[in-house]
Amino acid sequence: MKRWLPLGIFLVLIGFFAKGLFLNPREVPSPLIGRPAPVISLPVVGDAQRAFTTADMKGQVWLLNVWAPWCVSCREEHKFLMALAQSRTAPPVVGLNWKDRNRDAERLLAFTGNPYVAVPDDPSGRAGIDWGVTGTPETFLIDRDGIVRLKHVGPIDPVVWQSKFVPKLKALGA
Amino acid sequence: MIPEIGTFALICSLLLALIQGVLPLAGAQCGRLAWMAVARPAAWGQFSFTLVAYGCLVYAFLSNDFTVINVASNSYSELPAFYRITATWGSHEGSLLFWALILAGWTVAVAAFSRALPLEMVARVLGVMGLISVGFLSLLLLTSSPFLRQFPGPAEGSDLNPLLQDWGMIVHPPMLYMGYVGFAVAFAFAVAALLSGRLDAAWARWSRPWTTVAWAFLTFGVALGSWWAYRELGWGGWWFWDPVENASFMPWLAGTALMHSLAVAEKRGAFKAWTVLLALLTFSLSLLGTFLVRSGVLSSVHAFAVDPERGAYILGFMVVVVGGSLALFAWRAPRMIAGGAFTWFSRESLLLANNVVLMASVAAVLLGTLYPLFIDALGLGKLSVGPPYFNAVFVPLITPALFLMGVGPLVRWKGDSLPDVTVRLRWALGVSVATGLLLPLTHEGYKPWAALGLAVSMWIALTVVIAFRERVKSLRQLASLPRAFWGMHLAHLGLAVGVAGITMVVNYEQELDVRMNVGDQAQMAGYTLTFMGVEQVEGPNFRATRGSVVVKEDGDKQFVLRPEKRIYDASGSVMTEAAVRPSAFSDLYVSLGEPLNAELTTWAVRLYYKPFVNWLWLGALLMVVGGFLAAFDRRYRVAARERAAAGAAAAQGA
Repeated sequence: MKRWLPLGIFLVLIGFFAKGLFLNPREVPSPLIGRPAPVISLPVVGDAQRAFTTADMKGQVWLLNVWAPWCVSCREEHKFLMALAQSRTAPPVVGLNWKDRNRDAERLLAFTGNPYVAVPDDPSGRAGIDWGVTGTPETFLIDRDGIVRLKHVGPIDPVVWQSKFVPKLKALGA
Repeated sequence: MIPEIGTFALICSLLLALIQGVLPLAGAQCGRLAWMAVARPAAWGQFSFTLVAYGCLVYAFLSNDFTVINVASNSYSELPAFYRITATWGSHEGSLLFWALILAGWTVAVAAFSRALPLEMVARVLGVMGLISVGFLSLLLLTSSPFLRQFPGPAEGSDLNPLLQDWGMIVHPPMLYMGYVGFAVAFAFAVAALLSGRLDAAWARWSRPWTTVAWAFLTFGVALGSWWAYRELGWGGWWFWDPVENASFMPWLAGTALMHSLAVAEKRGAFKAWTVLLALLTFSLSLLGTFLVRSGVLSSVHAFAVDPERGAYILGFMVVVVGGSLALFAWRAPRMIAGGAFTWFSRESLLLANNVVLMASVAAVLLGTLYPLFIDALGLGKLSVGPPYFNAVFVPLITPALFLMGVGPLVRWKGDSLPDVTVRLRWALGVSVATGLLLPLTHEGYKPWAALGLAVSMWIALTVVIAFRERVKSLRQLASLPRAFWGMHLAHLGLAVGVAGITMVVNYEQELDVRMNVGDQAQMAGYTLTFMGVEQVEGPNFRATRGSVVVKEDGDKQFVLRPEKRIYDASGSVMTEAAVRPSAFSDLYVSLGEPLNAELTTWAVRLYYKPFVNWLWLGALLMVVGGFLAAFDRRYRVAARERAAAGAAAAQGA
């Protein structure tokens, strides 16, 4: 029986790997889920006179997308967000411009299109710290009462949208 | 047009690999010479077409063809030409093609240097390698083609990851892949032996030089990776126990065990089943590494773009290759007859102990690497396993192996007398214990781990000296020693040097995080460092802020270190380029942190003093040289020539 042992161990490992393919190791559960969204009050990109605050979004279900012009996966995600912005049923998306020290966001959005209802500017990354941002892109779903309901780490694509966001949005009645 | 030729060439090479994988194996099974004879030409054809495909990818990069998605996302028109070539293996798709090319390269090497082997064996070995190629080529064509296009192409590419724009990164992946893929040869020999049912000393002799060469390449690759991390990541570390590093370290440990167990199988005909199992495991661990890096099941600093579909494909491939070979092993194991007998104190038993310790270390590293995955898959939460686990488990496990390493080469096969060996080794034992106890006194703070490491290192070095003294009576004899003897002892000496380096740098490094104004001074390890401010410089595809730090040693000697902070034009990534002053006994390492005021006159600066850190890579280099020397020992060629002559005579007689 001993000679079958290596194969047995290997098959157990394979079982774990197969399971692992459907898990995301980067996704650490956010302590913000079920808690009120941290307050953001920042000038918006392109118009330093205007400010965005989280209070503006009260009463609607919305998404906070943390992105940066230097972030390559955000460019992938950008295509999906543009499509999302076209759809009438999708919630509004606020794009937190995170650690953009070179001030590239305005130029980039003018060039590639702007899927966001507002782009608060967070060059120092302070707002990101409040939200527990570890990298870009990350997306939060906030409900009508300003409670964080969902956090996704990594770019959103149609598959992620359908499997993660749509059920949650339905539950929230949005 | 050229990228389409690349795709076409890949398809041709997949078809040839299929032929190479099926016909010769079938021929060997039912004794058809004509089918077996297909193996060599098919291998050459497969290699040629893969080479053409690779050439097409290089051309696409060199000509800045941004309609090719892979080029657009990994290159940039201002990228220096040699980085454009190395960018071909910087992405998931390109590196996979590179892997396939190296596999095809090893295959034709086996085809070319196996004239002395029986055709049946050659057919089986090349057949198994052909099947592995089929797996990789179809993975390329079905999920990861580097030749996919987009129209219209972007005007500019998004640049190669700046971390990869470094000399170490140019050489590290090819060497690493040579090692990983090289173990496929040992794997193929083992599977061929299992298929034929002839597990004699001959297969061990045939696969031994191949294994040693692959091991030498892997050693070089792992060492280069560590050297790159040290210079490029800007915080002076050289090993992080990151999942991807572990993925290269596990095949290295298993390959080391395999090399030693092959020695026993060749010389004494013992450990046959164990050696075959090790050959299967070593390559399986290489495949596991590929899976871990490319599937995204573990989070790592090295991750390629992650895609569950690719992960699933590689997993399926692993099930076939590893599962199939382990099942074959279980089926054939009863046929393997135990070899020559040996007593509890013999070279065999010491090598067995070495194998057990090495494989236990592999298990410990594997457990630590996969533990986060196990916990996550069982729904028990998220966690990560860091260096404290690995250091606590690995160091005590490997120390006995290092001690035995000194004894093994001096003990006779079959059986030796413990009192005799003790007498031969007693002065080495005395000197190394004394070194371990006394040498740390020359440094501040007595550290027991430093004592242990230095004693072990000295022990290995002294036993190498004893081995030479016992073997060589006059200097003239030195030249006539076989290369295998030189190789083994050089590699062991290399490990001693490496262990000394690791011990010193881990125990006695100094680190200083300081805030420095222009003109400020800091003291460290007898050096006086003065920060002279920063200037702006332009690189080919980046802008840099370059600091200068004047360093004064005791006395009047002084030199300038220039650490940089670079911003790459295309991606906007910020990179820290540390400035290192290397010397034989210590490195002085300076890296720029963040500016602390708007005028850029005050900076956070990190200073490191790294004693003996270069010994680590010097040791690895000695191991590499030792490996190559041993692999090219005369006896392999003589034996090959004799067999070839015998074969020719037999053919003439018939």
